[in-house]
Amino acid sequence: MRIESRQEFEAAVAAARQQGADRRREVLVCCGTGCLANGAAAVAQEFATRIEADGLDATLALHAKKTGCHGFCERGPLVVVQPEGILYTKVKPKDVAEIIDKTVAKGEVIPRLLYKDPTDKKAIEHYADVPFYKHQVRVSMRNIGRIDPADLDDALAHGAYAGLARALFDLTPDQVIAEVEASGLRGRGGAGFATARKWKATRKAKGERKFVLCNGDEGDPGAFKDRSIMEGDPHAVIEGMAIGAYAVGAREGYIYVRDEYPLAVEHVNLALAKARERGLLGDNILGTGFSFDLRVSRGGGAFVCGESSALMRSIEGKVGEPRAKYVHASDRGLFDLPTVLNNVETWSDVGAILEHGGAWFAKWGTAKSKGTKAFSLVGKVKNTGLIELPMGTTLRHIIFDIGGGILKDRPFKAVQTGGPSGGCLPADKLDLPVDYEVLTANGSMMGSGGMIVMDDRTCMVDVARYFLKFLVEESCGKCIPCREGLKQMLHIFDDLVEGRGKPGDIERIERLSRGMQLGSLCELGKSAPNPVLSTLQHFRHEFEEHIDAKTCPAGMCRELTVYQIIEDPCTGCHLCTRVCPTAAIAGKPKQKHVIDPALCIACGACFDVCPEDAIRFLPKKHEGGGHAPAGH
Amino acid sequence: MPRLVIDGKTVVAKEGTFLLQAARDAGIDIPTLCEHPAVEPYGGCRLCLVDVTRPEWDGWSKMVVSCLFPVEDGILVSTRSERVTQTRKVVLDLLLARCPETPLVQELAAEHGIDRTSYVPNPEPTDCILCGLCTRICDRLGTSAISSANRGVGREIAPPFHEAPPDCIGCLACAEICPTGFIQYQSGSARRVIWNKEFKMLRCPTCGRGHITEDQARYYDGRNGVPARYFEPCDACKRKEQAAIAVSLMAAPEGR
Ligand SMILES: Cc1cc2nc3c(=O)[nH]c(=O)nc-3n(C[C@H](O)[C@H](O)[C@H](O)COP(=O)(O)O)c2cc1C
Ligand code: SF4
Ligand code: FES
Repeated sequence: MRIESRQEFEAAVAAARQQGADRRREVLVCCGTGCLANGAAAVAQEFATRIEADGLDATLALHAKKTGCHGFCERGPLVVVQPEGILYTKVKPKDVAEIIDKTVAKGEVIPRLLYKDPTDKKAIEHYADVPFYKHQVRVSMRNIGRIDPADLDDALAHGAYAGLARALFDLTPDQVIAEVEASGLRGRGGAGFATARKWKATRKAKGERKFVLCNGDEGDPGAFKDRSIMEGDPHAVIEGMAIGAYAVGAREGYIYVRDEYPLAVEHVNLALAKARERGLLGDNILGTGFSFDLRVSRGGGAFVCGESSALMRSIEGKVGEPRAKYVHASDRGLFDLPTVLNNVETWSDVGAILEHGGAWFAKWGTAKSKGTKAFSLVGKVKNTGLIELPMGTTLRHIIFDIGGGILKDRPFKAVQTGGPSGGCLPADKLDLPVDYEVLTANGSMMGSGGMIVMDDRTCMVDVARYFLKFLVEESCGKCIPCREGLKQMLHIFDDLVEGRGKPGDIERIERLSRGMQLGSLCELGKSAPNPVLSTLQHFRHEFEEHIDAKTCPAGMCRELTVYQIIEDPCTGCHLCTRVCPTAAIAGKPKQKHVIDPALCIACGACFDVCPEDAIRFLPKKHEGGGHAPAGH
Repeated sequence: MPRLVIDGKTVVAKEGTFLLQAARDAGIDIPTLCEHPAVEPYGGCRLCLVDVTRPEWDGWSKMVVSCLFPVEDGILVSTRSERVTQTRKVVLDLLLARCPETPLVQELAAEHGIDRTSYVPNPEPTDCILCGLCTRICDRLGTSAISSANRGVGREIAPPFHEAPPDCIGCLACAEICPTGFIQYQSGSARRVIWNKEFKMLRCPTCGRGHITEDQARYYDGRNGVPARYFEPCDACKRKEQAAIAVSLMAAPEGR
């Protein structure tokens, strides 16, 4: 039924809440892309079948809910039993009966399914006590994992559209912008531009027809925060965009979703239909006379399509290629009409800001970076996944308290933040508070919030090369500095890791970087040297060793490294022979093993598993010579 | 009319023009490769970069491409600041690596003090500088028969699927506008070949010379409303008949 007044909205929310309260027991089954890949659908199905077959909805008032991503994908499928909030990890369909019989019916915990803290191996019962969740503050992801994204009433019961209702019933467009300004919200998609400023400019721009756009292209390798929001709480995006449209005077909008995100497209489309049906979108929203509608546009399938001008061309049906322009999208954006473009997370924050007020959001954060921010924490940490934290949290807290520290307790070496155009920060930067300015000042950036943690077994030259390889494929190739510059930069890095580095390479890298930064057409090319320059800034000695000594201090560049087994500590345990991918290691049980240098590809797998520290790596040219050991 | 200063010289520019034009009108030369008056500016070659500032910016300045930057009153422009020169050099050095054997590129690079590229020269030298002029002129004419394919280093100008482009009318505009002569064609009295597509020529009934393809005549007739018979006589013969044809066109402005 359409909601057509404030009273009707309040009544709809109250009814939805009551429905939730009537379900005394609830199991939340994570059905985000990660958990689905681990078999969550079968788990959810098993709950549904049993509830249906045994009439558990009546006897236990039990309801099983398929939610979006809880962020802790590596432990999935995840199940949370409510109201206690008991978290079960790696749940299989065969566990479902036991969960119902013991936990749901009798409140008994099943120790086998609990999460065990990798640091002290202790089992933790409650969701809220797990370190990965304990420290988080969720705003943009407030309802992910709590609601069923396909159930609009469930979303309403959890506060969805309360911000829109306040904006439309109580505030003028200028007051809405003032609220966003007071929140200090800045763009979550990369550059960190003040959201209210963009909105103001678009509001002021002349023209009857204006657009609001959502950037859900999320092209950074490994990033998945925007996908999680669109899949797990699509209403938050729709609500934010409706508020933005009201503020700037737009009646139309597009949600641009990366082509590889079919589940997000499905959930967003479903949410759009339901919102329209209830009068939360479309003509005469909530009976206020304000009309606004949204459409999904499927991404062009390239990283560069996330760039603002390329994204707009792509929605127009043209090739998604950046355009050089010196007019702002707020004046001439989509179809050359005034346009606001914001990231998925930015839009999701807007609804909460309007519901709770700008000051509420601004209570978190640092002087210039307010509120909370989503990060995807990956790499060599014990707990990986998607998290949201107040701005200004230190890198150390993120990596060691939430991430649980470095895998196998190896030494921390660097954290790469900001995606392919970000940079690497070394150990002495761990106590930096994460905000836009601090990251930029230290040669990295916020970007979309990617964090890749690296241990001492990482070659920083090779890390920079990895990002170059990504970008050289993703540059659109329109302008010379980016297209040809990336290609030549990659040549230089190929030489470095393969032992062909020469004196002067560092200076060549720096000069080329500067040319690309100043000369490129769009931000892709301008920021492409960031990973290179930040590794050079913080790990210059590694570059020098690759060039001068032709050695890789991390023992990772295969052309520069040989692995050997040291006789004394080797117990002949065979572990290394099992992991060696090329069968380069030979030896009888309980006798010293040897590595055949002809077969060894210097992957370091043996080094990583050896319990006796009996493997060492040496620079290739010192092979057999025994001096200058770079390892132990 | 905006007043600006370019390299110390005060210039009064026409409203709505781009900086490159204003500089040229004032006799100041800025190197370009992807700019051409027949098509919209593109901003791809990045050679026309200049530094723009204002007195109130306290020494801060921004780099823009002059082919696309609209003139503004009161700006101070430098077409040869240190960083403009350095960046231009990097760009030309990179372009020379891509096109080590292309005379136009060699000459431009030499003018900027680069005789040999400091990067790895392209093992398969090409004359295509990817300036996009050919595709833009083809779009401008409404034919859009060729376009750029692939991203990044693999980018190239090509007809769809590398086959004879179905929409090509053999007008040679792309080959004519190409600054390096990369686009090859053969054209004779009877036939013309470009992009591996063969065209029959429309022959002048007076002198027998083939001067335009049949596809062209059909295209202009269909879209631009110029009657096909306008193209029948060749230019030389036409001059003689010109007066008569002009009259006939005026009599039938819609073409047919
Ligand atoms: C190469 C490139 C890729 C980008 N990809 C994305 C993306 O996937 N998602 C996104 O929100 N912003 C992306 N951006 C940033 C957008 O251009 C734009 O700044 C952003 O969507 C604005 O929203 P915000 O102010 O809310 O951050 C990209 C920028 C560049 C240069
Ligand atoms: S900087 Fe790179 S991605 Fe951007 S326009 Fe130039 S070539 Fe394309
Ligand atoms: S002429 Fe301006 S970028 Fe090529």
